[in-house]
Amino acid sequence: MTQPAPITIALTGNPNSGKTTIFNNITGTRQKVGNWPGVTVSKKEGLIHKFGHDLKIVDLPGTYSLTPFSIEEIIARNYILDEQPDVVIDIIDSSNLERSLYLATQLRELDCKVLFALNMEDVARARGIKIDVQKLVELLDVPVVFTVGNKNEGIDPLLKTAIELSLSGREPPKRRRVKYSKDIEAAIAKLQSVLQDKVSASFPYNFRWTAIKLIEDDKIIKERICEKVADYCRMILTETQLLRKNLSERYDDDPEIVMTGERYGFIAGIIKEVQTTSARQRIDLSRNIDLFLTNRFLGFPIFIFFIWAMFQLTFTVGAYPMDWIEWGVGRTGAVFATLLPDGLIKDLLVNGIIAGVGSVIIFLPNILILFFCIAIFEDTGYMARAAFLMDKIMHLIGLHGKSFIPMLMGFGCNVPAIMAARTLESEKDRILTILITPFMSCSARLPVYIVLAGAFFAGNAGSVIFLIYLTGILLSIITGRLFRSTLLRGADAPFVMELPPYRVPMLKSLLIHMWDRSKMFLKKMAGIILIGSIVVWTLSAFPRNISFSRDYTAEIQALKASYVDRIHAAADSEKKQLLLERDAALTGILKAKNAERAEQSYMGRIGKVFAPVFAPLGIDWRGSVALLTGFIAKEIVVSTMGILYGAGEEPEALQGALSSSGMTPLAAFAMMTFVLLYVPCLATVAAIRRETGSAKWTIVSIVYSTLLAWVMAFIVYQGGSLIGLN
Amino acid sequence: MRLSEMKEGQTGKVMQVGGNSVLRRRIFEMGIVKGAELYIEKYAPLKDPLELIVKGYHISLRVEEASQISVEKVE
Repeated sequence: MTQPAPITIALTGNPNSGKTTIFNNITGTRQKVGNWPGVTVSKKEGLIHKFGHDLKIVDLPGTYSLTPFSIEEIIARNYILDEQPDVVIDIIDSSNLERSLYLATQLRELDCKVLFALNMEDVARARGIKIDVQKLVELLDVPVVFTVGNKNEGIDPLLKTAIELSLSGREPPKRRRVKYSKDIEAAIAKLQSVLQDKVSASFPYNFRWTAIKLIEDDKIIKERICEKVADYCRMILTETQLLRKNLSERYDDDPEIVMTGERYGFIAGIIKEVQTTSARQRIDLSRNIDLFLTNRFLGFPIFIFFIWAMFQLTFTVGAYPMDWIEWGVGRTGAVFATLLPDGLIKDLLVNGIIAGVGSVIIFLPNILILFFCIAIFEDTGYMARAAFLMDKIMHLIGLHGKSFIPMLMGFGCNVPAIMAARTLESEKDRILTILITPFMSCSARLPVYIVLAGAFFAGNAGSVIFLIYLTGILLSIITGRLFRSTLLRGADAPFVMELPPYRVPMLKSLLIHMWDRSKMFLKKMAGIILIGSIVVWTLSAFPRNISFSRDYTAEIQALKASYVDRIHAAADSEKKQLLLERDAALTGILKAKNAERAEQSYMGRIGKVFAPVFAPLGIDWRGSVALLTGFIAKEIVVSTMGILYGAGEEPEALQGALSSSGMTPLAAFAMMTFVLLYVPCLATVAAIRRETGSAKWTIVSIVYSTLLAWVMAFIVYQGGSLIGLN
Repeated sequence: MRLSEMKEGQTGKVMQVGGNSVLRRRIFEMGIVKGAELYIEKYAPLKDPLELIVKGYHISLRVEEASQISVEKVE
């Protein structure tokens, strides 16, 4: 006997209705998190076995409506339309019954088997709201179950009812739907009969619903009609157009607006019957918290404090586990170094793969902590307040208040920052935020500034670095405005945003949140970084047999030999001194050898090819190679310069070597500008690719930032030279 | 009068909602329909956006969007 297919249960509901909590309670750790195809809204599914049935639970994005404006709404609606789940559970926030019923009435029109979960009825009762469930069941002809998500109550009855409903042969009830006013109903009926006439019975959607959507001028449904019944497409659309025109004249307004109003009218009727609100004055804790947290004078200081605390946690507390991981990576490298025989494989493994992947895995503690903090902001409801406070400022750049958090996080590390842009609902806002976040100078760029500014602007290094950061911020504003008026033009998404009541977050949900996002970082980044590290290693390790200009091996032997006698002859007190002297001389020769190897490697040759491109910026071929390797990670710029200038990794030695290499302060400033602006690093590119879900935007980001970097560095160097700053 | 002209602590009844179709529909879907009562909870520290209470829940709107909503003051 074959296993029957699992019963599919889709969860839908308003944002903040407690839907995710219920989903977590039902599925526990048996969740599969992925993305809906082509978009970055995460898709959560869980397979469980309950009451003798396999159940597949799908968590649809939280929406207020099924009007296809936002990605979330399109996903939720398409899922119900196309995947046809066996049962849809609409999770209703009992204290917001009226607004919740808006989505509910749309679900009822969709012709699917729907069941209501009246969630958080305890909260509603505390607020003096009483709901007559018997009446509600009767008026809407839909089964209703009480749940209290955060106390894990009512979940079993909910699933039991869902299973019963899916197994019952009962057709979705036709009665008790929204009835529109006479003219609209006439138009619906007309269109419905046209559809019934012309469109074959295999048409997958309910005719009445399709007619309603056509009258509402629903673009997606219009496209679907033309896909499914191309022959009558034009005729149906012309008929629709005519009906819409008549209705618009009749009501002096767009039909969809009239219909939205009528749905609310229908809901108001239900509310009057089922809900009684006692007039007692309640103490609203959430409102009192808000008087404080969004206070005219205290709001910003508190907000800044929270952000500061988040940064402190992420980068100060995160530094400890980072050290452990660094140590672990170092040890792993050392173990392999001793275990394996010298040769290509060892070099690839130790210097290529372990070092490369290690340099990224090190950020994991930061990312875990950061996402934990963000989960707290989101789950408590503070994120909406942060957007409320910052919206005015962000709106000047053409962004949404919520863009502030990702941009700010960019100063720490661009990768989690770009991933944090997920909290933005509008795709345009999200893409724009992702495009300008890399201009927030991340912590990996700081070592480069420290070396360069330290070497050339000794006394004013701090001010120079500050100036670089400021340049990044200014260019992000200019870029924001530029893209808003060109590639990402169009009306701003409405800011209409709910400020949900404050809630105590549940640890389980915070951890699930944090882990979902961090897992994605690990999976995707590790793959790309792995490939990138191997490529860079290959380019710098080949060709193997280089004809050196000097015979380093002979020099080293000669040097060693010359010291043997001197050390032998010297007094014990001088021996130590002589040994140190010898080692220093040896390191000098090795550094020169490494520098020459780097120069002759493919990477060095590529650097020389690119040198003319960087020459107008005052950057020599060594700087060019360093910048090229910096594409993997900005920290590498310093270590590459260390090798090429024959100075090793200590900042002081490198600063000395740079100053004596003929680089001018102006060139150093141009190079810092370039480092600030050009493609952040491979991990960031991978994050951009992932989060925009588009190769086009990834390329736009790479090309734009690198071009901007070149132009700005050019202006700095040539402009500076022109006015005699050199 | 426009919603954006109202002060904190005042209540208005929605008369009409203007603006483009997407904005109007969004506003309607959040329950700000003709006849609904809006309580102005507060303006953000930078005077934009503002926070409303509609049917018992809190919504924020930009001043620019609020200026599209005409209301009648309720005493």
